[in-house]
Amino acid sequence: MTLQGYLRPDGRKGIRNIVAVAYLVECAHHVGRQIISAFDGQEVHLIGFPGCFPNAYAQRMMERLCTHPNIGAVLLLSLGCESFNKYSLSKIIEESGRPVKTLTIQNDGGTRSTIAAGRVWVSKQLENLACDVRVPMDISELIVGTVCGGSDGTSGITGNPAAGRAFDSLVAAGATCIFEETGELIGCEEIMADRAVTPELAEELRAAVAKAARYYATLGYGSFAPGNADGGLTTIEEKSMGAYAKSGASPISGLIKPGDIPPRGGLYLMDVVPDGEVRFGFPNISDNAEIVEMIASGCHMVFFVTGRGSVSGSAISPVIKICANPDTYRRLEEDMDVDAGRILEGRASLDEVGQEIVTLLQDVAGGKPTKSESLGHQEFILTYKSFEPIGPACLPA
Amino acid sequence: MGSGAPLTHADDPRLLLLSEKDNVFVCREDIPAGERVRVGEGGVTLAKTISRGHKIARHEIAPGAKVYKYGAPIGSAIAPIAPGDHVHVHNVKSDYTPSHFFDIQEVIKK
Repeated sequence: MTLQGYLRPDGRKGIRNIVAVAYLVECAHHVGRQIISAFDGQEVHLIGFPGCFPNAYAQRMMERLCTHPNIGAVLLLSLGCESFNKYSLSKIIEESGRPVKTLTIQNDGGTRSTIAAGRVWVSKQLENLACDVRVPMDISELIVGTVCGGSDGTSGITGNPAAGRAFDSLVAAGATCIFEETGELIGCEEIMADRAVTPELAEELRAAVAKAARYYATLGYGSFAPGNADGGLTTIEEKSMGAYAKSGASPISGLIKPGDIPPRGGLYLMDVVPDGEVRFGFPNISDNAEIVEMIASGCHMVFFVTGRGSVSGSAISPVIKICANPDTYRRLEEDMDVDAGRILEGRASLDEVGQEIVTLLQDVAGGKPTKSESLGHQEFILTYKSFEPIGPACLPA
Repeated sequence: MGSGAPLTHADDPRLLLLSEKDNVFVCREDIPAGERVRVGEGGVTLAKTISRGHKIARHEIAPGAKVYKYGAPIGSAIAPIAPGDHVHVHNVKSDYTPSHFFDIQEVIKK
């Protein structure tokens, strides 16, 4: 399985060539939105962090996102007085070999002139990036994530296990695959731990789920929305068993945290629940927060399994929408890339849909837009969190 | 579920049995109230419509007993459940964190 990608100076390859416009506090968000509005339909994406208080996690996430292989150039937008360390971020982007420019609204003449200057710089970058050519990219250079959202009673029977079959094929071919949301693996800890490549990693997997259970118990709500109940899911552990199916059946090679880039091919679990006492609220306040974290860990592309029918895409990396429920697919066909509900109606097998996902992944890697990309979805959200580094048992040699 | 095999069927093609260990079936499609389903001894007439993706009991489940789906426990019964009954938030609770929904009558109507 050979793909095509853009070679970056750090040796990684991207499947898109995007100019990122990154606001470093909410006060610069409007200027960013106005800059990108001049480039509708082009590869210019808006990302950012809204907070004015410093946060090591957010700083690291923005570093990873701005140096993601799908990004070719970055415009940083500062108001001027916020706590975000724009100097360090700019230096890291520059050292990655990417063009970077910082505009500071308070010094650059305010809203109107910053928008104008930003548009000029972005136009120039698009012209330069248009000259880049794709080079062969091995499947072992690809990182794929999977999330599920808007789950119902069909998700765990069709869409998630089909995504799991795709993961199994990709891992076997040498790719890196990441699954996540330890809060949606509550109840699966023992069966999941049995798949760890070492007993020490198994212990880390159990501990990560136990941490999630404690965290959500403190907050009073699990990762369970009213739409899940409407769709036939009764408890978080039932939702978890369905969500778990998207990990496939490969051995679990490691446990990472947001922003950690897996060292080699294999299947990895991402621990998204903060460490320490409960501080900044819910771990991931919506599906896109998880998608952003997977992208920060290097995902070139994300599989998103939905039963109720999420329409979300993402900034930076294409999202392939796998629809688990055949009724939802008929209602939202324009938003869905894969009709996994055929499995429920006896019109396709799990393996057939799994293979269809892998074939689509190759097309999308080669430049074919996903449904959410075509519709202009570029959701992005990043909030406060705090993490300790992973322990030595998390990435067995 | 075996590789490439069709989904495991119960005796009734409208119902899925995901694991032999399970005490619930999953409805593959909406099954209207009044329909006979092949559950328990001699079958059961559904008291209400059960929507696609929802569960009905395969066996009697006593209060406090675990409910199994995918061969794994997904919560505990909080009321007596008879074969063919809708199994949902009105008669099962999580053994971890409570489920969040708006109006229980609306949820179990589905």
